[in-house]
Amino acid sequence: MSAVALQLLQSLLVVLAAPLVLGWVNICRAWLQNRSAPSVLLPYYTLAKLFHKDAVIANTTSPLFRVTPYVLFGCMWLAAGIVPVLATDLPFAPAADIIALVGAFATARVFGALAAMDTGTSFGGLGARREMMIGFLAEPAMLMTLFTAAFISGSTQLTTIVETLAHREFAIYPSLAFAAVAFLMALLAENARIPVDNPATHLELTMVHEAMILEYSARHLALIEWAVATKLTVYMAIGFALFLPWGIAPAADWGALPLALGVFAAKAALAGAGLAFLETVLAKMRIFMVAEFLSTAFLLGVLGMLIHFLMRG
Amino acid sequence: MNTAGPLSSQLVNLLAALLLLLAFSMLAQRRVLSLIRLFSWQGAALAASTLIVAYFTGQAQLYFSAALTLVLKVILIPWLLHRLIDRLDVRWDVETLINIPTTMLVGIGLCIFAFALATPISEMASTVTRSTLGIALASVLLSFLMMIVRRKAVPQVIGFLAMENGLFFAATSATYGMPLVVELGIALDVLVGTFIFGIFFFHIREQFDSLDIRHMENLRED
Repeated sequence: MSAVALQLLQSLLVVLAAPLVLGWVNICRAWLQNRSAPSVLLPYYTLAKLFHKDAVIANTTSPLFRVTPYVLFGCMWLAAGIVPVLATDLPFAPAADIIALVGAFATARVFGALAAMDTGTSFGGLGARREMMIGFLAEPAMLMTLFTAAFISGSTQLTTIVETLAHREFAIYPSLAFAAVAFLMALLAENARIPVDNPATHLELTMVHEAMILEYSARHLALIEWAVATKLTVYMAIGFALFLPWGIAPAADWGALPLALGVFAAKAALAGAGLAFLETVLAKMRIFMVAEFLSTAFLLGVLGMLIHFLMRG
Repeated sequence: MNTAGPLSSQLVNLLAALLLLLAFSMLAQRRVLSLIRLFSWQGAALAASTLIVAYFTGQAQLYFSAALTLVLKVILIPWLLHRLIDRLDVRWDVETLINIPTTMLVGIGLCIFAFALATPISEMASTVTRSTLGIALASVLLSFLMMIVRRKAVPQVIGFLAMENGLFFAATSATYGMPLVVELGIALDVLVGTFIFGIFFFHIREQFDSLDIRHMENLRED
């Protein structure tokens, strides 16, 4: 019973805290760029504002357009329930391993792209095509990274990976270092962050993700924005689970929960600041350079895996 | 769970991975200046790994070869190359025969080949560094690939020098280094080779007004 409660708590916590993480990244960026920072709660106000508006939907759209925000939000919420954020012993975790998790993200991406093309505007089509190009390059890199961690721990279940990696003897794993860099690059691409896409721009030549959601308004837009924030938080949580697994509470231990919560908050704060720093020092690259960027990520992921096999002997 | 072995081999493994990463970044690099900087970083990683092997195995001669690597490949040859490209005025972007993502994919293929080749050999070895033999082989092959895909003479020479780095690393990881006399001889050869290449560069440019070695494939009848 307590495990189910824990599962519910974690799913709610990740989804509810996601706008806060996004707000934190935004104020860190503002500080680094010498601007006066908005409130850390700004994403919540935006969501509340959007939920109170009336939705406008184009006549030419099919039901797919209306369903997509709910699908996106549902996929991200599902992912938030699978990834071990607070504890490893989640009743929901055996439902899906890392490959299924990548599949959930891919489902969200396909629906997003279809809905963007559904309105028939040129921006929607442009954004959808670019998004699919980035997605098909980022996904193999992501999978290779996850496979490296899976080979080290001998399982594709995230909970098992966390338990193995957190309780091993200390050792330097060059393969994990490679995988971490590859993961970071894939994270930037999948979450439409700066070297690949600029989340703050509406300039038609460069926007990718924003072009896809241009036709959405009110509650639909709110759900999509919320799903985007949740996706970023879930990706951070996957990164912590693979590369910084210390502090996540072991099986159904309620006593360790406050510590796990604090550790997660600290890690998320650090990761958010790091992300803001990266976004400040990097420049957005040309869309055709993305192929090179992501093939480097893929290369690092493959090298990590190969080096793991080479050095095991 | 600890399959990584003692600290010494962990450190050597880490440096070996760094060496491989540097070989790949040289393969992907477009500018001659950055190429030279990466080459000196590779030399530094090589010197550090030799030093670690020397410390943990107590082989005095390896200290000499680490020092030799440091002086020659981190300081002297990069300085020579810098002078060379200053005098030749070749800071332009490097042209490659095939585009860079394809080159990297070919590089991954070479890596897999090298690792597969090295695994049965390293199983028979007993040195602390045996698992890095595959990486040494892979960096030799990657440097070879770099010499093949680059069109200009300077990057080809840097590829040649990087290949020597890989060979040196292979020697350290397979047998704890070659005898000092051999190493000194090789070091001297590499240095002299760099000088000679430098002279060749000037001659090539004088003859063809370019460092593009495609011009050398045409037969001239005069």
